[in-house]
Amino acid sequence: MLSRFWEFHGGVRLNRHKELSSEQPLAVAPIPKQLIYPLQQRGGLNSKALVAVGDQVLKGQIIAGDDHPLSVPTHAASSGVVTALEYRPVPHPSGLDGLCLVIDTDGLDRAVRTKSVKDFNHSKPDTLRRRIREAGVVGLGGAAFPTATKMNTGNRTIDLLVLNGAECEPYITCDDCLLRTTPDSVLQGAAILMRILGVERCIIAVEEDMPEAAQALEKAKLGGRPPSPPAPSPRFALPDGEGSKGVADATTYSNIEILKVPSKYPTGGEKQLIQVLTGREVPVRGIPADVGVVCQNVGTAAAVYAAVVEGAPLTSRIVTVTGPGVARPQNVVARIGTPIAELVAYCGGYTERAQRLIMGGPMMGLALPSDELPTIKSTNCILVADSDAVGGEKQALPCIRCGACSEACPVNLIPQQLYWHSRSDQLKKAQAYNLFDCIECGCCDYVCPSHIPLVQYFRAAKGRILDKQREQQKADHARLRFEARQARKEREKREKEEAARRKKEALAKAATDESPGRPPPSP
Amino acid sequence: MLGILLVCALFALFGLLLGYSAIHFRVEGDPLVEKIDAVLPQTQCGQCGFPGCRPYAEAIAKGEADINRCPPGGEDGVKALAELLGVEAKPLDDAVGGEKPKALAVIDEQKCIGCTLCIQACPVDAILGSAKHMHTVIASECTGCELCVPVCPVDCIAMERVAETLASWKWPQPRSVLP
Ligand code: SF4
Ligand code: SF4
Ligand code: SF4
Repeated sequence: MLSRFWEFHGGVRLNRHKELSSEQPLAVAPIPKQLIYPLQQRGGLNSKALVAVGDQVLKGQIIAGDDHPLSVPTHAASSGVVTALEYRPVPHPSGLDGLCLVIDTDGLDRAVRTKSVKDFNHSKPDTLRRRIREAGVVGLGGAAFPTATKMNTGNRTIDLLVLNGAECEPYITCDDCLLRTTPDSVLQGAAILMRILGVERCIIAVEEDMPEAAQALEKAKLGGRPPSPPAPSPRFALPDGEGSKGVADATTYSNIEILKVPSKYPTGGEKQLIQVLTGREVPVRGIPADVGVVCQNVGTAAAVYAAVVEGAPLTSRIVTVTGPGVARPQNVVARIGTPIAELVAYCGGYTERAQRLIMGGPMMGLALPSDELPTIKSTNCILVADSDAVGGEKQALPCIRCGACSEACPVNLIPQQLYWHSRSDQLKKAQAYNLFDCIECGCCDYVCPSHIPLVQYFRAAKGRILDKQREQQKADHARLRFEARQARKEREKREKEEAARRKKEALAKAATDESPGRPPPSP
Repeated sequence: MLGILLVCALFALFGLLLGYSAIHFRVEGDPLVEKIDAVLPQTQCGQCGFPGCRPYAEAIAKGEADINRCPPGGEDGVKALAELLGVEAKPLDDAVGGEKPKALAVIDEQKCIGCTLCIQACPVDAILGSAKHMHTVIASECTGCELCVPVCPVDCIAMERVAETLASWKWPQPRSVLP
């Protein structure tokens, strides 16, 4: 079985700690008192707030959005009143405040009417894509890239859809939980995505340590029911929900293959997964579509299903609340915008081992300064760690050139060289060593015996390079404006001289005309 | 025989090509000056003691000015120039003042009397307004050169530091814990 797979270089095997949350059944978190929506979108710009302070909003109502291709609308996850549009701390590594919309919920959960496409097999791909965008669907695996934009592959030929269920980071089990409870919605989502792309083949990849998820999928694929009592789709486990309706023909599923991939970190990285499944290597700075593949997270597929078939915007998702610092680790269906404190409280609150709060996993997650921050669309996990769950700040020692980092790097980089050049600010050389291919997976950090915070050096170097590029663009722009101004001044000067000369001539002419007796000067 | 003719024909073709490109793709001006100018930040502020970035570039090319006289370019700018010219980088010349944080000009719209003097001073046309009407700075075009500040007769132009935003933030270099 394993011989079917291609190997990628490097990677590490980690302690998985998945049983902590995966053994509990999926729970539905109650409506929080407050919902908080940061307006910042991918690409850094804020989307426009479409409601004002004091407005009543309904569940599913669009409260912010604009036309930028990298931004998607934000929908209210419950009914209530908009009480603030203000700067608040947001989940961002900078710790800076961002503009947020705040809704005080009324507990009634009144919803807007939704329109749904009952039979997507007869809808045009463009219609489906628009529907997905209007529903605010983004990649739920962590990157939050707008799904509709990713599904627009230009004129590249696509022959394979990959659904990524290989949750390779320790602690996180939200995709596993989704696959076990509602495999139908994922399969249906896959069918919709396949129709949009016009592909005949789909692979759903799960890790070999997730046998139950694979079983549930296989069963659902055969038209059977999921093993546990038929749970409603998580997005509709909320009070006003309808059950999930099977619409796609079970025969469509014959093109969907379910594969178990080795549990090695970072198999769930998009490029690594594609390599493992197909042997195709996504080119440097290319996208998977360049090798004919589109990759989506399994949660995204379920959200696509909800958006298209049930007409439901993305307002909730499964979040793994876990770690030694939480009393009852489990997966919960949480409304997007729920403050982290409320989710942790729902899971029994903190234990005395709680030390650090992380959004995401221990390898690539984001350390949070406080639990007042809201969950956002890409929040797959809230990890309350103790001192040894994450590396912590250890004293860094000089690099001993052991080469362990190069062995571990899944992208085949030489982290010690990158480190050397990033640290000494030799950015051109760092770029020559393919700095921008680094996926910031943290494998090198993990294995480095000297505890050098390699990834942070790489992020800082990337930031400085991008900054320089922006400066250069600004300088070039300023040069153009300066030159245009010089040219204009030159022209004005010439025109003035010209005008003065003409005036002088005219005067001279008038003078000669007036003097009688003399013949006019010959031309 | 045919071979020789062919080679002759080829050479003639190359000759024509070279002649053509010499006329049509000629590089304007001195290429070294162009390269130096491309590295300079184009604020046209004159802090280097020359009347603009290009004149400074010309002076560097001629060897009449040192590479460490541009404060807006900062240490990074000096390094880029050093790399381009193959010389050692050095710290900024104290005589031209140090590196300052990024700032943009802001006009106090209550105080502005609409004299248009700042418009004439701005090298990149970043100020908008007409005679006797309040003026304003287009933030995206302003390079922060400060040339408009001294010319204002009512002192209503101030340089404001650009605050860090979520979009402009970048990861800091780790605190060096190494010996
Ligand atoms: S963080 Fe970057 S350099 Fe380090 S192992 Fe991952 S991809 Fe390689
Ligand atoms: S693992 Fe650490 S010590 Fe070893 S070569 Fe890489 S950076 Fe140096
Ligand atoms: S507005 Fe003032 S500071 Fe800004 S570019 Fe123009 S003259 Fe310079």
